[in-house]
Amino acid sequence: MSKYLVDIQNERLSFFTPAGEVKALNDVSIHLEEGEVLGIVGESGSGKSVTAYSLMGLTAHPGKLLGGSLVFEDKHIENMTEKELRQIRGNDISIIFQDPMTSLNPVYTVGNQIMEAILLHTDKTKAQAKDRARELLELVGINEPDKRLKQYPHELSGGMRQRVMIAIALACEPKLLIADEPTTALDVTIQAQILELMMELKDKLGMAIIMITHDLGVVASMCDKIAVMYAGRIVEYGTTEDIFYRSSHMYTKGLIRSIPRLDTKEHERLVPIEGTPVDLLNPPAGCPFAPRCEACMKICLNQMPPKTEFDDVHYTNCWLIQKEEFEKGAQNE
Amino acid sequence: MAKYIVKRILLAIVTIWAVATLTFFLMNMVPGGPFLSEKAISPQATAALEAKYGLDKPMGQRYLTYMADALHGDFGDSLKQRGRTVMDIIKMKFPVSAKVGGVSVLVSLLLGIPLGCLAALKRGKTLDSIISVVATCGIAVPSFVICTVLMYFFGVKLKLLPTMGLTSLKHYVMPVMALSFYPTAYIMRLMRSSMLDVLGQDYMRTAKAKGVHGFKILFKHALRNAILPVITYVGPMLAYTVTGSFVVEKIFTIPGLGGEFIGAIQGRDYTLIMGTTIFLATLIIIMNVVVDICYKIVDPRIKLK
Repeated sequence: MSKYLVDIQNERLSFFTPAGEVKALNDVSIHLEEGEVLGIVGESGSGKSVTAYSLMGLTAHPGKLLGGSLVFEDKHIENMTEKELRQIRGNDISIIFQDPMTSLNPVYTVGNQIMEAILLHTDKTKAQAKDRARELLELVGINEPDKRLKQYPHELSGGMRQRVMIAIALACEPKLLIADEPTTALDVTIQAQILELMMELKDKLGMAIIMITHDLGVVASMCDKIAVMYAGRIVEYGTTEDIFYRSSHMYTKGLIRSIPRLDTKEHERLVPIEGTPVDLLNPPAGCPFAPRCEACMKICLNQMPPKTEFDDVHYTNCWLIQKEEFEKGAQNE
Repeated sequence: MAKYIVKRILLAIVTIWAVATLTFFLMNMVPGGPFLSEKAISPQATAALEAKYGLDKPMGQRYLTYMADALHGDFGDSLKQRGRTVMDIIKMKFPVSAKVGGVSVLVSLLLGIPLGCLAALKRGKTLDSIISVVATCGIAVPSFVICTVLMYFFGVKLKLLPTMGLTSLKHYVMPVMALSFYPTAYIMRLMRSSMLDVLGQDYMRTAKAKGVHGFKILFKHALRNAILPVITYVGPMLAYTVTGSFVVEKIFTIPGLGGEFIGAIQGRDYTLIMGTTIFLATLIIIMNVVVDICYKIVDPRIKLK
């Protein structure tokens, strides 16, 4: 029995497009305990969503898992048949998508869509499922649930639709909730409400959450642990404190520097990370961040950096850190 | 909804009046007349015939008389088919065409929708290519070619099916095949492209993430969203198909309404031209209202105004 709810080891996943093999995930390892909140941050195309989707077997065509193991509750996801996966989806693992405006089917009522998930995974009758749907709407803070059940998605606001999505995701009390940029498409005030609701529900239901986002503010306030991804790799992994106060990888540092701070002076410019993400069709031989890295060394361009572990949790993949740690070690001796 | 239907009926009356008026003046402007024939008829006889049917009066007066009669439900006697009123002809021949046409529409829906879905699901695979080729053929090959080829193989070579008339179920097979080939192909293409569009939508991913079974995703979540273009097409198509096809009815010797449209124009059978045109126009207008109502039922976002 693994102590982890989710244990992804060395996952490699590629998309086989007409232009060639896009290496979306390269040796990604992530683990998550029950009730824990893990944030995955990184820029668009860094593999955040793909990592989470692959846990549900939702990798879209032409994506293909090439290696590694994905374990959920001691069951190997990568060996599951479609039928077994269907039993997990929406039941043990649920997901909330980015855009609530398009994630609900426009031609069915809210009630129908919530009840569908309940009827699929439980033995409840239609009437019981309806009661449960009403309960769920109340749980996610929607007023007049009886009226809402009969309404269509286009009759609700964006924030309400995202609440409905959360209600669908929670329908069968999942052990793991994947939130794929759940607030990106929402107004700032609604964002805060939705995040608050998610944390409230987490405490109430005790589920683990994987929070995919590029909003560092969101992870800082919500997550226990953070994985920073770049070009299909985890460049740094650690607790929230590790990442924000003891960040070591140049990319993580860059990300944190690019957030506006309360103590910045007027007209002070934010510091961007220069350059553009690498082309995953032709990934470089060395560290993928090297071309944009201020502290790039010769070795960075040619060889993949090794893992440097600071403690049980916090690690990074960077030559510079490896070198520093090595020198530190040499001094100590 | 009731308000909408009333509004559509009022609009329909205006449209039918416009169609009738336009047809009336256009057909009278076409040279020739119903009583011209290769055998010379004496001028007196022609004059007597024209007087009998009121064709000697000026066009404006004839228009007013026709409209007044039509309002009372009297569409006049056929000028060429002696002793039959236009209503008689439509009443007698429309059911024949409607039966063949109705079956054809049903067949094209039952074949076109599933095949289109299948092509979309198997996008880029061999099956998709086969369906696409068949669909292109169906759209490109004219119906007289299909009729002739069918007749040659099933009627003459294999002697499996009767080649004329409409007296038994077997008689339906070839005309229905000929009539449904084009619409089936068209529906397949419509269905394929709109299904591909829907399959890429976010809510399909949501359904999958809920753990819904593949077939149910297709039939519950995708089909209802993807079917709208098909409904748009099927409405008017149904009106045209049930009123018969000139080519198919001529080739298979089916006593349907399709031949009357062309026959009436060739013979300058003025009353029959008017009758058939108004009939077809009315059917198309009705079908369009039905399409709009179906829209509303299928997609709750659509508001009928």
